[in-house]
Amino acid sequence: MNPEKLLFAKTHEWVAVADEGGQKIATVGLTKFAVEALTDLVFIELPKVGRQVKAEESFCEVESVKAVSDVYAPVTGEVIAANESLPENLETLSRDPYGDGWIARIRITDDLALKKLMDHAAYQKQCAEESH
Amino acid sequence: MPYLYNTSEDQAAMLAAIGAGSISELFAMVPAEMRLNRPLALPPAMSELELTQHMTALAAKNEHAGSKVCFLGGGSYDHFIPAVVDEIAGRGEFYTSYTPYQPEVSQGNLQVVFEYQTLITRLTGLDVSNASLYEGGSAAAEAVLMAISSTKRYGKAIVPASLHPEYRQTIATYLTNLGVELRTIETPGGVFKPQDLAAAVDDQTACVVVQQPNFFGCVEDAAALATIAHDAGALTIAAFDPLSLGLLRRPGDWGADIAVAEGHTLGTPMQYGGPYLGFMACRESLVRRMPGRIAGQTVDRRGKRCFVLTLQTREQHIRREKATSNVCTNQGLFALRATIYLALLGPQGLRETANLCLQKSRYAAEQLTNHDRFELAFDAPTFKEFVIRDRAGRVDELLSNALTAGFFAGVPLGRWYPALDDCFLVAVTEKRSKREIDSLCQAIA
Repeated sequence: MNPEKLLFAKTHEWVAVADEGGQKIATVGLTKFAVEALTDLVFIELPKVGRQVKAEESFCEVESVKAVSDVYAPVTGEVIAANESLPENLETLSRDPYGDGWIARIRITDDLALKKLMDHAAYQKQCAEESH
Repeated sequence: MPYLYNTSEDQAAMLAAIGAGSISELFAMVPAEMRLNRPLALPPAMSELELTQHMTALAAKNEHAGSKVCFLGGGSYDHFIPAVVDEIAGRGEFYTSYTPYQPEVSQGNLQVVFEYQTLITRLTGLDVSNASLYEGGSAAAEAVLMAISSTKRYGKAIVPASLHPEYRQTIATYLTNLGVELRTIETPGGVFKPQDLAAAVDDQTACVVVQQPNFFGCVEDAAALATIAHDAGALTIAAFDPLSLGLLRRPGDWGADIAVAEGHTLGTPMQYGGPYLGFMACRESLVRRMPGRIAGQTVDRRGKRCFVLTLQTREQHIRREKATSNVCTNQGLFALRATIYLALLGPQGLRETANLCLQKSRYAAEQLTNHDRFELAFDAPTFKEFVIRDRAGRVDELLSNALTAGFFAGVPLGRWYPALDDCFLVAVTEKRSKREIDSLCQAIA
C-alpha cells in the first residue's frame, strides 16, 4: 500500500479504510518509523479474531530484544482477521510494513475515531519532531 | 530511654531537613487515639551473657521434627537431607549470594539456576522452568494469573476442595480485585470427580488446578481432569509433590500446561513460616506469561559457554505495570539445595525414595486401621499421606496425648473441613522406621 494514502494514529499505527459490501473495513499495521524504532523484534501477540476493540486501547503486543510495546487499536470495531503468518515471519514487519506486514483487519462500528487520525503529511511532521 | 538511639540534636537536624517543627507535628496525620503516648513497656536491657542464656532457654521450649517423631504433612514434610546438601550449599560463594540482581557478573550462580531449571523441566516433563518462586501456594496463585492472562478468560478459575486449603486461600487473595470467580468443587469422596469438573467448566473458565497427589494424599484421575479442561479451552495447572514423581506420571505427561510445587522437600528442612521454595514449569507456548526470572545459556564473543538472564521483557524492571507479575527475584539458596539434592539422588534415588514413602505409609495405614478406633476416611489410592477417621471423634485429645508420648501424630482436618472434624492427616516419609510406626500405633490406639 502507498503510505501517502493511509491514515495514521499518534501511537504509530497506520490505517487503510475500504468499503467492502457496505461495511467499512480498516486494515491496520505499524508504521515503518515505529518498526525501526523498536529494533530487533522477537515476538508478536496478535489480537484474537472476534474481539471488540475500542480506539486507543491496546489490542496487540510486539516485543523486541529491549522492550515490549503495545499496539493500539486506531479505530473502534470488531477484529475480523489477524495476520497469522506474522509470528513466524517477524521480519515481514520491517520488510513490508505497509503491505505483507499488516497486523489486523477491523470492521469499523463507530466512525468517530477516524476523525482523530492524521494524514501522511501530518504524520511525517510528527515523526520528524520525535526523531529530534 | 530510647532503644533506637539518636540525640535531640540529631532529631532537630532531621526535622529541620524535612521541614517539620516537631515530632508530634510530623505524626499529626496519625489520629491521636492511635498514637502511643507513653514509652514502650519493655524490660530493662540485658547483658550479652544474660541475653544469650535467655534466648537459649526460649529456643529449648521449641518442639520440632528433630525432638519428636514427625508424621505431620499437609504441605510440609520431614524428608531426609543428605549431608552433602549442607556441605555444598554452605560454601561462601553460594551461601552469601542471594538472587541474581546484577546477574551476569555471577556466572556460577546463573549456572546453578540454569541447572536447576533443567532438572525441574525433566522432573515435570514440561518445556521451561523459571528460576523458582517463593513457595508452593503463591506459585499456584501465579499459575492461575498466568492462565487468565494467556487464555484471556476472566470468568472463573476452578479448584477442588482436595487442593490444599491454604493454596486456595492464596489464590482467592490474588483474585480478590480481578473480578474472576474462584469456584471450589466439593470432593466428599476425597478426590476430584471428572464429571463434577465437566459440569462446572465453561467457555469463560481460564483454568482448573489439580493437586497430585491431593491434599488428602489421594491420587487424582489427573489425565481425565486435564482432558475435560482442555476440551473446554481451559488450561490445566498441576500442583505436584516433587518426590511423588519417582513413581507417578509427570505433570507434562498427563496433560498439565503449568506445574507448580512446594519444593522444600528436596533438601530443605521443615520451617515454621518458611522460607520455602516454589517450583514452576510450563509449556513453551506460555513462557512469555511466566512470572519470575529465567536463566539461559549462550556463548560469549569468544565462543565460550556462558549464562544470562533471558526473556527479561516480561519482568517488572522493563515492563513496569504491565509485567507478568511483581515477582522479580527467586529463592536462590533453596533452589540451589534442590539442585544438589536432585543431582545427588538422580532418577534411581528419586524412585527409591518415593517407593520407601509409599511402602512405609501403606504399612502405617494398615497398622493404624487394625485398631477398631480408626478407619481410612477415603478409598482412593494414596502416596505418602492418608486421612484417618477417629471413630471416637476425639482428635484433639488424641493428638495432644500423642505429643506427650513424643509424636507429632498428624494434622487435624476440622480447621479447614468441618465435615472432617473427626479426621486427621498422617504423612509417612522415608525417614520413619517400622519401630517408630509401631510405637505411634501403640501410643494412640
